[in-house]
Amino acid sequence: MTEEDSSAKMSEDVERYLKLNPPCSSSSSSSAVAFANKSGTFKSSSPPCPEHVLENVLESVLQFLTSRCDRNAVSLVCKSWYRVEAQTRFEVFIGNCYSLSPARLTHRFKGLRSIVLKGKPRFADFNLMPPNWGAQFAPWVVATAKAYPWLEKVHLKRMFVTDDDLALLADSFPGFKELTLVCCEGFGTSGIAVVANKCRQLKVLDLVESEVTDDEVDWISCFPEGESPLESLSFDCVESPINFNALEGLVVRSPFLKKLRTNRFVSLEELHRLMVRAPQLTSLGTGSFSPDNAPQGEQLPDYAAAFLACKSIVCLSGFREFRPEYLLAISPVCANLTSLNFSYANISPHMLNPIIRNCHNIRVFWALDSIRDEGLQAVAATCKELRELRIFPFDPREDSEGPVSGVGLQAISEGCRKLESILYFCQRMTNEAVTAMSENCPQLTVFRLCIMGRHRPDHVTGKPMDDGFGAIVKNCKKLTRLAVSGLLTDEAFSYIGEYGKLIRTLSVAFAGNSDKALRYVLEGCPKLQKLEIRDSPFGDAGLRSGMHRYCNMRFVWLSSCVLSLGGCRDVAQALPNVVVEVFGSDGDDDDDTVTGDYVETLYLYRSLDGPRKDAPKFVTIL
Amino acid sequence: MAYEKVNELNLKDTELCLGLPGRTEEIKEEQEVSCVKSNNKRQFEETRVEEESTPPTKTQIVGWPPVRSSRKNNNSVSYVKVSMDGAPYLRKIDLKTYKNYPELLKALENMFKVTIGEYCEREGYKGSGFVPTYEDKDGDWMLVGDVPWDMFSSSCKRLRIMKGSDAPALDSSL
Repeated sequence: MTEEDSSAKMSEDVERYLKLNPPCSSSSSSSAVAFANKSGTFKSSSPPCPEHVLENVLESVLQFLTSRCDRNAVSLVCKSWYRVEAQTRFEVFIGNCYSLSPARLTHRFKGLRSIVLKGKPRFADFNLMPPNWGAQFAPWVVATAKAYPWLEKVHLKRMFVTDDDLALLADSFPGFKELTLVCCEGFGTSGIAVVANKCRQLKVLDLVESEVTDDEVDWISCFPEGESPLESLSFDCVESPINFNALEGLVVRSPFLKKLRTNRFVSLEELHRLMVRAPQLTSLGTGSFSPDNAPQGEQLPDYAAAFLACKSIVCLSGFREFRPEYLLAISPVCANLTSLNFSYANISPHMLNPIIRNCHNIRVFWALDSIRDEGLQAVAATCKELRELRIFPFDPREDSEGPVSGVGLQAISEGCRKLESILYFCQRMTNEAVTAMSENCPQLTVFRLCIMGRHRPDHVTGKPMDDGFGAIVKNCKKLTRLAVSGLLTDEAFSYIGEYGKLIRTLSVAFAGNSDKALRYVLEGCPKLQKLEIRDSPFGDAGLRSGMHRYCNMRFVWLSSCVLSLGGCRDVAQALPNVVVEVFGSDGDDDDDTVTGDYVETLYLYRSLDGPRKDAPKFVTIL
Repeated sequence: MAYEKVNELNLKDTELCLGLPGRTEEIKEEQEVSCVKSNNKRQFEETRVEEESTPPTKTQIVGWPPVRSSRKNNNSVSYVKVSMDGAPYLRKIDLKTYKNYPELLKALENMFKVTIGEYCEREGYKGSGFVPTYEDKDGDWMLVGDVPWDMFSSSCKRLRIMKGSDAPALDSSL
């Protein structure tokens, strides 16, 4: 529910509550006393202490506050409000697992039911961080197992999770309902099997872009017999075969199943069988979308009929090894689709056209650049409700062909005026196209452009891409996330600092001329929380210019820049609440990798509990 | 940074380069762009010793472009189905485990207990009775061995060993 909805509901409920117990005088404390007496909460003969009464009132009111920003604000009002807020917070979000210790969490919050925990910074996804850096789930599961036996939901991103951790989770939380692992690693199918087997109330098991070791365990068979409460099961990232009959049996006994994302080991015939068993699905990951047997001309399953029967499907993904001749089978659901993910399918414009021209309601569209500018034009012509577009490179190398360009970007900007979020990989771009997007799509909150050729200028004018990105920050007043690329001078960063007042996340690679660029950003962007920079000419002076900001940021990452050990140490000494980690790109060295003065990677983040104790040898904490 | 003529020698001609011959265009672009870089950039480039002392071969940069490895598997199909005419069931092999055609063919021979023989550009697989073919990403059936190994392994979607009598006769005039 939106912010407005929840606060409206809150005031509605509060009003209703007060009407039942109208205050008998205008004074707040006596009315609170009257209110408390009528509600019969207090059994003591003497009038209850006003403080307790106020806390009870607050408690009743606060349960309607779900936004963590609101709750954080509430907790700062006074000690009593801090206490009550801590008692009534049921879901906690920890953006950096090293910003506090598990002990601090369990000490402050006594009633948590749901935990969202994020570990490694995003650049770890691109091999810029040596393995075994940290972000282990283990200490968290141990602490929460003791403190919150009623825990229902765990959502982890970029954490290192072991099978033992999963086993402990499954053993410790009898009412456990939702497990979501995004970009995690360290576990295998045996850990998943334990969760499937022991968490009898499991509604959600979502494995998203995680690395799951194949322990050759038939985990699907480990779900208990009988009716299953499963509502969502996603295993499209699991790179090992599954027991299909067991999956089919599970689906049959899961009447509440709405989301099912299968992996590429599920063939088209098998998908068909699943769809027939679960016509109530709203979100379907289609697996390989390829038949097991070469078509021999015998009676083929009617795939289109299966899609026709699944009237509720609004989200489609998968297509991991798709066969083009079967793509049209999805046609019956196109008009209802709000989300379509073709990003694992080498789809040409010719294949895309008959599909996309019926997708009038699409809000989220992910695809490979194999759809070319032509395909993007088709999207622009039909998908007027598009909010999020992601175009990934089919051939992710710097010197590959580049089938999408400013032409496609401009077409999208002209056709999809409600666009809010875009991720676009290309080989070449023009300032004109980027500027056009900034003018046509003022609702943009996320603009991530990756011109894969490093330092590539505008391919028509030969100028840097400064003006394009400048237009984005200037015209897109709601922009909170920006990733820049191409040839960029310090001027681009001066624009970002001048106009990017709401930017929370900034990604920079191979850009800028000098420390001025970094200074512009650190001095100009008050909302900046996450700054990730690689291979840019920023040094100690630039780093120093952000001293006043680091305590208010989630993290700063600088790799392959021009930092010296001395410069990093200055920051560490000046800011005791900030942990400054320095390490090299390969984790093999057992001794201090920091040879000489050059710093390969700097990763700094605020922390309430000082430097972590689990840092591997190749990490130096200054 | 233009290459000066020193004593009538174009220094570019004498420059050592790790790139493939004929890549001068790309290298030129790379260097023109570097004119705009400031001194600071020069400085930090020197610290990345191996990569920058020679014109960068573009595939060396770690983690660039920023695409997760789970997505990078896209265009290099590893496991492919292998069928042989007359065999009751298919097999699957991981193309990544082979480095070249001889290795692959040997593995296929072992797997199906047949002799495929040697590839010859003009006449394909002569005299063995079995012809290895593959379906590429465009959906066309091709003879195994025509294109360089890397190109084959990244575009091969499935393999089929045809029986010599079924394989279409290749017109020697083609």
